[in-house]
Order: sequence, then C-alpha cells, then structure tokens
Amino acid sequence: MKRSVIAAAIGLSVTLPAAAQELRIGFVAPMTGIFAQIGKDMENGFQLYLDQHGGRLGGAKVTFIVEDTEGKPPVAVRKAEKLIRQDKVHMYIGGLLASTGYALAPVSSRLKTVYVLSVAAADDLTQRDLPKYPYIVRTSWTSSQPHHPLGQWACEQGFKRVSTVGADYAFGHEVVGGFQRVFEDCGGKVVQKIWPPLGTKDFGPYIPTLKRDVDAIFSLMVGPMALQFPKQLQAAGISKPVIGGGTSYDEFVLPAMGDEVLGHVSGLQYSAALDTPKNVEFVKAYRAKYGKVPSYYSESNYTTAQMIDEVMKRNKGKWPGPQQFIKAITSLKLDAVRGPVYFDDMRNPVQNIYIKKVEKKKMFGYPQEELWNTVIKTYPDVGQFWKYKKADYLKTPLYSRDYPPCKHCE
Amino acid sequence: MKKIIAVIAALVVLAAVAPFVNSYILILLTQALVLGIIAMSVDLLLGYTGLPSLGQAAYLGMGAYLTAILASTYGFGLGGGFWIVVVLGILAGAAAAAVFGLFAVRASGVYFLMITLALGMCVWGLAYRWNSLTGGDNGINMPGRPDFGIALSDDLNYFYLVLGFFSLSLAALYVLVRSPFGRSLVGIRERELRMRILGYNTWLHKYLAFVIAGGFGGLGGVLWAHLTGIVSPGDVILTTSVDVLLMVVLGGPGTLVGGAIGAGVVTFLREYLATIVPWWQYVLGAVYVLTILYLPGGLMGIPARIRNWRSATH
Repeated sequence: MKRSVIAAAIGLSVTLPAAAQELRIGFVAPMTGIFAQIGKDMENGFQLYLDQHGGRLGGAKVTFIVEDTEGKPPVAVRKAEKLIRQDKVHMYIGGLLASTGYALAPVSSRLKTVYVLSVAAADDLTQRDLPKYPYIVRTSWTSSQPHHPLGQWACEQGFKRVSTVGADYAFGHEVVGGFQRVFEDCGGKVVQKIWPPLGTKDFGPYIPTLKRDVDAIFSLMVGPMALQFPKQLQAAGISKPVIGGGTSYDEFVLPAMGDEVLGHVSGLQYSAALDTPKNVEFVKAYRAKYGKVPSYYSESNYTTAQMIDEVMKRNKGKWPGPQQFIKAITSLKLDAVRGPVYFDDMRNPVQNIYIKKVEKKKMFGYPQEELWNTVIKTYPDVGQFWKYKKADYLKTPLYSRDYPPCKHCE
Repeated sequence: MKKIIAVIAALVVLAAVAPFVNSYILILLTQALVLGIIAMSVDLLLGYTGLPSLGQAAYLGMGAYLTAILASTYGFGLGGGFWIVVVLGILAGAAAAAVFGLFAVRASGVYFLMITLALGMCVWGLAYRWNSLTGGDNGINMPGRPDFGIALSDDLNYFYLVLGFFSLSLAALYVLVRSPFGRSLVGIRERELRMRILGYNTWLHKYLAFVIAGGFGGLGGVLWAHLTGIVSPGDVILTTSVDVLLMVVLGGPGTLVGGAIGAGVVTFLREYLATIVPWWQYVLGAVYVLTILYLPGGLMGIPARIRNWRSATH
C-alpha cells in the first residue's frame, strides 16, 4: 500500500511537480480537560486560514494533524514525539500553557524539528534560554511584553499606588513582574502583591486583604478565575479602577462576563474590536464559521498560518529545511490581523500593544449590544524588552514570585 | 514452568524486534515497560496483599524528581553515576513509602485507598508549589540521557536498558511472591485475622510489601525521567496513580505480568485512539468497565475462562 502511494507520488511528480509538494504540520493543543475550549480556539484560528486558502500554504498541500496535550506537559512531549517520529511533520505548532512551552522546546532541539510557539508565552524561551533552542520561533508574545506598556500607561494615568492580584504560577509571575518593573521605574509603587493559586474560584480570603488606600488594582486572571474575580470584587463593594493582564479580559472570557467589568482596562497585542479592515474581515469570517468572536488564541494561530504561507510562497511551495525556515520566518515583515508584525533578533515578534477598555456597544454591524475591548491607546513596535537595553535586561533575573522584589510592600 | 518459558520467550521476541520497529513505537514500548514496572509494584500490593494503592505516582515522583534535580542542578548521574542514581532512586521511593506506610498500612480497603490517595496528592502539592526545588508548574527539563560508554540518548539503547530493568524487576518480584514471605502476603489478602491468629505479624508483612513496592516505584521514576526528558507535576498527579491501578485491574491482579500487559495495552490503546477519535477517554472507560464486569481476572484471566467455558459445554 505504502509503496504504491510512493510510486504514485513519484509518478505525479514527473508530470505535475507542484502538486506533489506537501507540508506536514503538527498541532499540539489541549483538546480535553479544563483548557479544551481554548485549544479549540487555537485550532479554529489555524483551520480558518487553511480553509480560506484551499488547504494550501504557499502552494504546498497542507496535512494538518491535531494532537491533544490534555494540558499536561509530559503528554505534550509524547505527542510531539509522535508527530515527529511517526507522522514525520516538518514542524509542530501550538502549546498553550507556559509549562507546555518549556516542555516542548527541548524536543525541537533533540529531534531537530521546527517548533512554532503560537501561544505559549513563557518569557525565557526567547530570552535567557534561547541559545538552547535553535529551532524555535515565537509568533505570539512573551508574558511580560504587553504589560510593560500597560505599566507605563497606568503610571501616566496618575496612579501612584497599586495592589496586584495574580494567579500563582510562572505566567502570572511574569505578567505581574513586567507590569511592576515599568510602573515602578516610572515612579509608581506596587504596595501589595497577592497570589491566589491558579484556578481559584472563591476570592473570599483575598479580597478583604486588599488595601483600601490604593489608586488601582492590577489583576491577572486565567480562564474561570477571570469570570469570578470582577464579580466578587463588585460584590465586596470595591469600585477602584481595575487594570488587568491580557488574559483577564481576552475575548475568550469576555462573552461570559457581565456589566461588572465595564471600564476595566487591559493590555494585549490583539483586540477583536480593532477597527481595521483586516480585522473586521477576520472577525466576520471567524464568527460566521464558528459562531463566536475570535480571541487572541485564534488570531495568533491564524497569523501563524499566514506567516508560514508567506515563507512557503517565497520558497515556491518547497519546504526549505528547518534552519532556512527559521531564518525566513524571522525576516518577515507582515501586515497581520493584529497589525504590523516583525521579529527581533531573538525570534520574538515586535508588534503593536493595545491598551483596551471594556465597553458595551454594537460593533461591526452586529445587531446586539456586547462587551468589546475598545482600543484606547496603541503603543507601536513594542518588543519583548520594552525600552530597556537587551543586554541589561537579560542580566536581570526572570520575573518570578520574588522578582522584582516588592520594595514598597507595606 | 511453561509460563516462565512463555514470559522469557516474549521478552526475547521483544528484544529481537525492537531494532526493526519505527522509532515512535519504540518509545511507546519503552514507556509501556516503565509503566509495567510500576504496575507490577502495584500488583504486589493489590493482587498479592489486597491493598489497593492510589498513590503509587508518589514514588514514581520521588525517583523522577531525584533524578531530575541531581542531573539539572548538580550535573550528576549523566555518566557512570547513573547507576548510583538508580540505587538512590530506589532508596528514595522506598524511604518515602516507609514514611507513608506508617500512616497507610494501618488501614485497609477503601480507607487504605483514601489515605494513599491523600499522601499521593501531598507529593503532587510539593512538586507543584516548591518552586525553588521542583520548578513548580514548569517542571524540570533533563539535560539529556546518560552516557557511560553506551549512549542512552540512542532510543534503542535506552529501550534495552529499560527492558533489562523490567526483566530484573519481574524476576525479583516473581521470586518474592513465591517465597514464604510472598505466600504469607497472599494469606493476609485471603484472611488477615487467621494469619494473625497463626502468629504472623501481619502489619509488618504489609508494611514491608508497601516499602518494597515503593522501591520499585522509585526505580520506575528514574527510568521515567530519562524517558520523557521532563519531570513535571503532571507526572505525579492522581491520574497517573489511577492509570497504573487500572492497568493492573485490566491485565489481571495477582499475576505480575498482568500489570505489564495492562500497561502495554493502555499505552498503545491510548496513543492510537487519541489520534483517531477525540472521545477516546470514553472508549478507555468502557474497556475498564467491561473488564471489571465481565473479566474479574483481567486479560490474564481469559485463558482460564475459555477452559472453564469449554469444559462446561463439553
């Protein structure tokens, strides 16, 4: 059977050289477990681009193989091994949680296969650990990337004292860390840091400990946590301004939220409410197909597909090999759905960061009033090191529970 | 005797075909063997002593984290030191079991189940929260597999190493369960009170079995760490313990090889089902339920059932 397929392929290549070219792409995302819906958003984004382009990227016929990580790093590693060894993929894409990203990156070095981080935001993969991973490229963001400008923005609003509430794991530490560094360098003070465990649903023990004399609260929530925190904050009668990490108000959680989040501000490289022709088209196409507004998880994978498309186009549909692919993709300057994107020399995107405010309104001709992340300020060309010098930045430790230290904690 | 020859033949066949299978199947085989070691250790408790342990992942975790911490922080165990790590891993698993056993072995049945579950979750909690030591949620990436003249980074070499450890474990456990000590464990399983009246210190017997099982769990952990190249809380989570227990139930408790067969079936079924259908967990669940309902002796019980059925019809 196999032999006859190969023979057929050879036969075809003689007559139709372009038709035989195939690009094998593995996709690893959680398809079961608590993160399954986010995994679906990721897959849908990539699939939408493929469908819009007849299942081809740059002329090559794409074989798209989705594997379920169950949200567990060891499973993700096993699936990546399967994709590379059994399915012989040219590259694998995805990984949601930072922990999955950290687990998947070494596989790419070991088996010399391209790994495209289309969501996983763990800072160090494209910072201090990058030399270990010659075959990775990131098309999304580092955890702290949007939160550096958000710290600047908060400072410019005149907020002086801020309490932070962040999910207690690597991603949370990096988001809060990025915010704190810039906010404090600009003259603000983080006076309190609270770390509820990932997945907390009852903030009863944490909300009463929030200081009453702060100017704003910074929150970093993920998934169901994001729904509960604003509700319980409102129920406790706290009406201070709330600023949040990107995932606290992304379009994945927004539709399930109520009026309690109106006016909350967050920062991210994408908002579904971006009023650009490209984005309007994307939101409409996505919503028509999947019945929901795209989240940054969808956009990021859509754009990843677009980037691969560009690389393959330049190479006339032929797979350039892992090293050349990495070189080609990082030299792209792309007009993406989220805005202009290019790469820094550490294979992480440089892009617009949007400061967004939750508003209830009608958009893009949809009849009903909904919550949207209205862009109130755009920071263009934001890289992962913000305005710090790369060398100095890399000398400081990775953001963690204890770094930057809470100098102003009372 | 026939059975021993069959098992040896199966291992020889496995060793002989390994160089010719595709590299992903080789990894799955290696994984099944490692899980097989742990499943056999659970079988010593469940099948022979009648103690259903839901915390075996804890000892896997001890071995795996020990290996990972030594390798990543101290660079130890990547050469000839690997053999020392193996010994240390076994000791770590046994030591943890020796402590946990003090709490767990006092109980039996469902209470034993709950206590081992709770203790297993404690280890998971430590792995998840003790960031400075375990890397927390991110876990620890292994710097690579050991090389002591033979490079284990080659998957085939590693497979043979694991196969060797598996065979040794099987042999050791086989001798153990056939020894007077093992026979008294079976006695305890059947009727603990009678054993006590006969003058056996049943607590000590159960405790020792628990510690020995922990030791094999630790060994499995060392091999597991080098297999996947990452050790994370996902390894020591409850589902790992449940999986291993179900492997034993599926394969047939009280048979040792049953656990290993269960490990193989589950490993392959899961990998291939997950690729074909998104609702693979239901299939696996149905397999378990049907086994428990219709095959109390597990897969190993099938020949006996066929014999019974034949003699009944003839």
